[in-house]
Parts: sequence; C-alpha cells; structure tokens
Amino acid sequence: MKLTSLALITGLALAPIAAQAEILRLSVTTSFANSGLAEVLLPEIQKDTGIAVELLIVGTGQALALGAAGDVDAVLVHSRAAEEKWLAEGNGTHRREIMYNDFVIVGPAADPAATAQTSLATEAFAKIADTQSAFVSRGDDSGTHKMELALWASAGVEPAGDWYRAVGQGMGAALNTAAGMDAYILADRASWLNFGNKAGLAITFEGDPSLFNQYAYLPVNPAKHPHVKAEAAQKLEDWLTSPRAKDLIEGYKIADQQLFVFNATDK
Amino acid sequence: MVSSILPLKIEAVTVRRGGRQILGPIDWVLDGQGLTILMGPNGSGKTTFLRVMHGLERVGRGQIAWNAAAGDVRARQAFVFQTPIMMRRSVLDSIAYPLLLDGVARQKAMTEAEALAAQMGLGGLLNQPAQAISGGEKQKLALARALIRAPDVLFLDEPCANLDGRATKEIERILTEVRAGGTRIVMSTHDIGQARRLADDILFLHHGRLIETGPKAAFFEAPKTPEATAHLNGDLIP
Amino acid sequence: MNDILQGLSQAAQLVITGDADLVEITALSLQVSLGATVIASVIGLPLGAWLAVNRFRARRFVIALLNAFMGLPPVVVGLIVYVLFSRSGPFGVLGLLFTPTAMVIAQVIIITPIIASVAHQAIRELWADYHDLLISLNATRGQRIRTLLWDGRRALMTASLAGFGRAIGEVGAIMIVGGNIDHATRVLTTAIALETGKGEFGMALALGFVLIAVAVLVNLGVHFLSRTERGSRW
Repeated sequence: MKLTSLALITGLALAPIAAQAEILRLSVTTSFANSGLAEVLLPEIQKDTGIAVELLIVGTGQALALGAAGDVDAVLVHSRAAEEKWLAEGNGTHRREIMYNDFVIVGPAADPAATAQTSLATEAFAKIADTQSAFVSRGDDSGTHKMELALWASAGVEPAGDWYRAVGQGMGAALNTAAGMDAYILADRASWLNFGNKAGLAITFEGDPSLFNQYAYLPVNPAKHPHVKAEAAQKLEDWLTSPRAKDLIEGYKIADQQLFVFNATDK
Repeated sequence: MVSSILPLKIEAVTVRRGGRQILGPIDWVLDGQGLTILMGPNGSGKTTFLRVMHGLERVGRGQIAWNAAAGDVRARQAFVFQTPIMMRRSVLDSIAYPLLLDGVARQKAMTEAEALAAQMGLGGLLNQPAQAISGGEKQKLALARALIRAPDVLFLDEPCANLDGRATKEIERILTEVRAGGTRIVMSTHDIGQARRLADDILFLHHGRLIETGPKAAFFEAPKTPEATAHLNGDLIP
Repeated sequence: MNDILQGLSQAAQLVITGDADLVEITALSLQVSLGATVIASVIGLPLGAWLAVNRFRARRFVIALLNAFMGLPPVVVGLIVYVLFSRSGPFGVLGLLFTPTAMVIAQVIIITPIIASVAHQAIRELWADYHDLLISLNATRGQRIRTLLWDGRRALMTASLAGFGRAIGEVGAIMIVGGNIDHATRVLTTAIALETGKGEFGMALALGFVLIAVAVLVNLGVHFLSRTERGSRW
C-alpha cells in the first residue's frame, strides 16, 4: 500500500506535462513580462494559431543565451546591438521588429535633481550625477541596463560612487530597491505602470525619442538546432505582425495610457 | 544429527585494552553438559571472558576454537547481556527476530515466538513495546530471544544483576529447564547464593586470570586459593 | 505590517475561492517536492545507514563531504543541472529542461545530502544501541542495515521531512531549470519571486502563507500517519 503510493508520487513527478497544444518556448525580457501584455496576447495566440506559448522570463542577456543554446524556439527582446551580434554568430535566422514602448526616468516625487526641467534624457542623467542623487542601476546586462549605460556614455558621465547602486536584478527587484532608497531609476513605462509598490516615487522625466525601446522577434536558427520548432516560430511571427496583433497591442492600456506602439512592417 | 559446536578450546588467550592486559592468559575447555558459573570480584574480567568466548571481543594473543566439524558456530550460540538490549519493536516481534534473520517464514516465526513467550510468562505482553516493559520482563525477553534458535551454548552476563527476588526466581527456573533440555550454559554472577543454587561447576577469575576451576561442591566447601576463600567470605580482595 | 495583514486576507480569499491558478501551482509544488523527497530518500536513507554501519578508509572523508554538500547553494546546483540538460549540454537530447522532471532532478541533488546526513546521525545512535545484539545474532550486513532502517523509521521520517522542507521552500535551482513557466513549471516559490518582482507584495505574501500552510500540513499529515501506525502495531 505504502509502496504503491510512493511509486505513484514518483511517477507523477516524472510524468511530463500532458501536451494538448503545440508548445513553443519564447524567452522574453522581464520588462515585457511585467507589462502584462503577455497575459492579453497569449490566450489569443493559442486561440488563433493553436500554439501554446511558454514564456521564459529572464534578462536580455539570458534570453539570448537560451536561444543560442537551443533551449527556446524564439526570443523577444529589446537590445539592438546585442541582437545583431547574436544573429552574426549564427544563432537566429533573422530579426523582425514588432513594437516599441519607451523608457522613463523614475525618481523621488520632489525631483531633487530637477530632471523635469531638462529636455534631453542625457541632460537629466547629467543632473542626477551632478547632484549625486541616489540612482539604482539594474546592473544585470539586460536591455534596460544597456540602454542606461548608453545614456551615461552620451552624457559623458562615468557612473560610479556612493550614489550609484547596481543591484544586479530584474526590473521589479530594482524598482523595489529604488522605492526603498528613494532613488532615481531608469524603467520601462510598462513595468513602472504595473509596479505595485510605487512608494514615494513618480515619473520625473519622459518623452525624449532617445528613450524609445524597440522590441524585436528573433527565431532560433534551425540549422544550428534542428529540434527547434521553426514552423511554429514562423506562425507566431506571422501572428505578431498581423493587424490582429496590432489591435491588441495598441489597445492595451494601463491607467488609460497606451504602452506599446506597433511598428512591424511587411517583410 | 548435526555434531555439537562443542568443545570450545581456549588456548593462552589474552585481551588488551588501552595498552593494558585485562584478561589472560587463559587456558580452558568448554565441553560436556551442565551449567558453569563464572565468579570473581568486580573488574576481574568476567564480562570480557564471556564476550571472548562468544566472539564479541578482539583477542590479543592465543586462540579460541569451536568444533570445526559443526559448520556455522555463530548461529548456534546465544548471549544475554547484563543490560538487555531492547529493540524498537513489540515483545513478540523481538522474540521472533532471530528466526526472521534465519529466513523462517513470518507466520511460522510468529507462532513459535508466541509459544515460547507463553512458556516464559510473557504471554500477556506480546504487543507491548519491548522498551516499555519492566526490568525483569526485559531480561526474560532477552532470554527468550536467545533461546528461540535452540542454541547449543548459552552465555549469560549477570542476568539477574538488577532484578528483584521474584524475577530472579523466574529466571533461575527457566535456566534450570534450559539446562535440563541439554543446552550448555555459561553465566557470570556476583550472587554467591545463585551460584550455589544453579552451578554444576565454578570458574573463579581474579585479575583476568582463571585461578580456580572445579565442581561446585569442592569450590564451596574447600576453596584452594586465598582469593576464592576471601570472596566466599564476603571480604574485599585487593 | 499592513502588507502582512493584506497578504493574510488575500491568502484566505485565494484558498476559499479555490483559485484555479493557486491550485495548479500548489499541486505542482507538492508533486515536484514530494517526488524529489521520495527519490532522495530512496538514495539517502540507505546511504546514511550504510555509512553508519561500515568502517572503511574514506568513511570520515565521505561523511565530511556529505555534511558539506548539505550547504550546496541551490543556484549553483540549478546552473549545473541547466548546463547538463541544456540542448547544448550532454543530456540535451532528452529535452528535459524547463520540465518538472528537471526540477525534481535539481531538488534531488540538493536534498539527498541532507537526508543522508540526518539519517546517518540517527542510525549511528541506533547502531550504537544495537551493535552487540546484531553481531551476537549473527546478522549479515544487509540484515543489519535493513533492521536499522526499519527500527529507525521514525527518525528517518524526520530526515525525509527535513529534505522535504528544504525542497518545498527552494527557489534558486528550480527557477533556473524550470524557468517559472506559467501553467508548466510555475510553483509556489517561483510565483512568490515573480510577484515580489512585480512589487505585488500582498500577492507574494499570500502565496508565502499558502506555502507555509502546505509545509505544515504535510508535516502534520505524516506525523498523524505515524501515530496511527504506533497505535495499531505497538
């Protein structure tokens, strides 16, 4: 009796999850997952194409690494330079732009560095550095982190010192840290709007086109990893670039704000 | 009929512990019938000598040899420890345990254990945890467990050391029956009265050496050594 | 403080309404952690007993190693299992990455040393009690180990429960090898990490309370079962 129940539990643990639908694994950035858009899109994708998309929510670096190792079928990220390097290494077939959202500078509502009075993101960053205001960096090699580093570079600032805290974590954890420290942070708008622990923080700077954040879809190269579901990946790409996706993406709002702009073009 | 595991020949056996010789050299032969009592003051080596014979103790020099023709000698002797070792099992399971080790079918082992338990006066305790019964009952249980394989030789180390008169009497009654059944018994005791009641012959140990051996009557009436005389008089021997 | 109260009430709400997602991830948590505990016990308990009974040259070294492995960082175990089972790794063809099976494998590696080590402690004490008796009764090595495992079963259950406790609360390894995929490999701990990341502390705490309740219930259940056994057999 005892043995049978043990065997049963063991069997259950080892049994693969029953697969009714075709499963496609897609690695995406935390910022995309935190936006909540996935929860709107995934059921519709399954309905329209029969593909059950399994999301692996990781940083851009890891998302691309999973693709390079063949552990996912496609990648949806937002870091152009890294994406092109990844493609050049033969990891994917091509890069298809889908949509963009934008980054915002979030900081203490009182805005001690007066970032709101600047018009360029680089100026806002320079002010934060000048005033030595606390700043939380993702520090995790993610797309957001890379964008932040690019902004520091164009502002001519070497971010270092007591005021600069690299946490090495995802967007949510970094926002939690910033909320706890009352610090500035660069965040994507979607993550910020969906973030539940805003504490004393608010958007202090937004709207500079240099803060736009382009998402691209990259199927993993079946020539390198023959087991990937190239056909399903193609079906998903067709759906993501379709008018139906456009309606859903542009119709997605949080607090009455549209988060994403669809900009896929026909090939 | 399988030949007996006796005689047991002990030749110039010594035991060392912590760089000190605590037993021997001893020469002795265990054979024949009856019940031998091992006597001697505390620390004279009674327990060690019993454990040497049973093979629980690493021997320094010398050797011990059972009748080689008897095959597996270990399963045909049994040992009852001074402090009975109680398993985390019921009384019945504890008594049946040696049979289960021998591969006897569970049902048969249980039936035999139950019969033996009844014979030993443990019939009312079969389902009690072995660790929860009284001292006298534990000693009877240990005895039953030792007897269930019907050993040729039974060793007992002060089996009544911590028992009251009634329990002691019970154990002595059982031992007398076992002896009558043909099992060769060697036991130690510090109870001179018990030795008088049970022994056929006596071994007297002093400082790890066997200084006197002989039939009961001779030992009690005319001890040959001053140490044995003093021990029988209840004097402390240096 | 407010967060904690909110978490408690949210937990109660989820449980009372029988929230489908909650049921799903709780079931998977139990399935993975119980499965890992059973497998790790089958390996760890006899190993612990064997180490307690046998003397051999490397014994101390093996025990020291075992004790050191009790503190294996789950993240490192997760990484190693990931590398082994990645499509680019030696076992990639099995396609086990991001499945509950991979999570079970990682947890087995993490908790087997704990179970073996606690079992070793318990069996060593019992062996000290039983040593002379089992030698005297001429029990073979296999019989000694089986007797010690059976008679020490209550202490061994504690060893298995210690392993289960570590498994059910573990997040680092299963996050990496399971991927925290919704409806596939999401369990209570990874869901808590996710909700915390979203700043949804109330939900994260609610799941945390459910996790604690599940762990307590499993322990109580096992102790209840062992008590029933005591009543009928002893």
